[in-house]
Amino acid sequence: MSAPVEGRAFEPRVLGLLCTHCAYACADNAGGTRASVPAGLRTIRLMCTGRVEPSLVLEAFGAGADGVLIMGCHPGGCHYKEQNYRAVQRQRILLRLLDQCGVEPERCRFDHVSAAESTRYLELVDDFVAALRRLGPLRLERRTRVHRPH
Amino acid sequence: MQATTSRPRIALYWASGCGGCEIAFVNLHERLLELDARFEIFFCPCLVDTKRQDVEALPDGALALTLLDGAQRSDENVEMAQLLRRKSQLLVAYGSCAHEGCLPGLANLRPTASLLDTVYAGMSEPSRPRARAAVPQGELHLPTLLPRVLPLADVVDVDYVIPGCPPEPDTLWRALGQMFTEPPPPRGAVLGAGESAVCRECALRREDKTIVRLRRVHELIPEPTRCLLEQGILCMGPATRDGCGALCTRVGMPCIGCYGAPEGVPDQGAAMAGAVGSILDIEPLRDRSDKEIAAAVDATLDAVPDWAGSCYKFSLAASLLGGRRT
Ligand code: SF4
Ligand code: SF4
Repeated sequence: MSAPVEGRAFEPRVLGLLCTHCAYACADNAGGTRASVPAGLRTIRLMCTGRVEPSLVLEAFGAGADGVLIMGCHPGGCHYKEQNYRAVQRQRILLRLLDQCGVEPERCRFDHVSAAESTRYLELVDDFVAALRRLGPLRLERRTRVHRPH
Repeated sequence: MQATTSRPRIALYWASGCGGCEIAFVNLHERLLELDARFEIFFCPCLVDTKRQDVEALPDGALALTLLDGAQRSDENVEMAQLLRRKSQLLVAYGSCAHEGCLPGLANLRPTASLLDTVYAGMSEPSRPRARAAVPQGELHLPTLLPRVLPLADVVDVDYVIPGCPPEPDTLWRALGQMFTEPPPPRGAVLGAGESAVCRECALRREDKTIVRLRRVHELIPEPTRCLLEQGILCMGPATRDGCGALCTRVGMPCIGCYGAPEGVPDQGAAMAGAVGSILDIEPLRDRSDKEIAAAVDATLDAVPDWAGSCYKFSLAASLLGGRRT
């Protein structure tokens, strides 16, 4: 992700990790209706929020995201039965780690939508971006790691 | 240092550590004789008499190997790491502190100034550590703390890593063998240990149960043959590199993660969040609203008072966040 431009209003950089069965379908529909989305939003389509390794969220922050929005199906509506519950459990543990490391837990949000809720999807994204605007940019010290074999 | 010898010279040096890695070295027992037959221990402040000046006087690359343990906590640690890097053909991050910051790295959960305020609480300025202080005998120079604890590889190039707190003597011995075989292992490799997780070599029985309630070690006497994690104890086995022989679980104690993350796993704490999140019981979450689900999960997690301290006990300084945002 590119560096923020000095002197302009802060436009949060957001990574959306979207389940293909719900949130990604919403995003697709919203695009079809030419709805506008926040400029800093980048989305990645996943088969299920159950695929979100907590380290992915940390890596997104390390790569410059100000917030990570994970969106999956409503409770009980997961196409892989219960993986969205597991995803929430992983995210809630990750929030504890973030909090203790001085990264506001509000920067990693989990929301539930269905494929038919495009309008709500847009509202949730806007709401998250507004929350990030209030928090301001996430400035992390960069770590370099020379000992990891590549 | 008068004795001259044709054996290659090696060093064992401690930065901000506890001395446990030196004990692990001595615990090679009779294998030390074999080591001594092959190498001369040229520099090791707790074993031989040579000083920093003797190392400085060596030509660059004169040491075949330096095992450097302890975390990088002060500017003096960095100076010594840079000196030993210059003088050594192989520089090895020996033990968890050098590998990932270990327990000293947990200081990264607080700003350095607040650490000093806690330790020197109520003391006035002259009693607090100063980089330079005039005393009747002259001027004293003291090392100053870095803003945060760093793994050795964040300070100098590291050739190999030997994990563990401290490394098991067998791990150390295997690693020494590996680094002097032809062809040598790829640079940066973690030696002497496995690549998988401690669960792989743990003898406790897994039943694919779920965790209904998290509990701390003092809250129950675990069933001796069952997986501790499945009994609700936060065992770091699934997020920790194997190679120790699962020593802790063998005696009924959970793995606390001292060998660091398994090969290819970028962040031990995140890996543990993934592992625990995968087996917490989801039954109470069914048919609840979003908010109720989050609250129910949180209530379960509250049983562990210090998640970062538990999941990053050894690897906070080397984690993706590195500790607290400053
Ligand atoms: S979680 Fe711990 S007790 Fe269970 S199998 Fe893994 S190492 Fe053994
Ligand atoms: S079981 Fe875990 S804490 Fe114990 S020695 Fe092995 S890696 Fe270290």
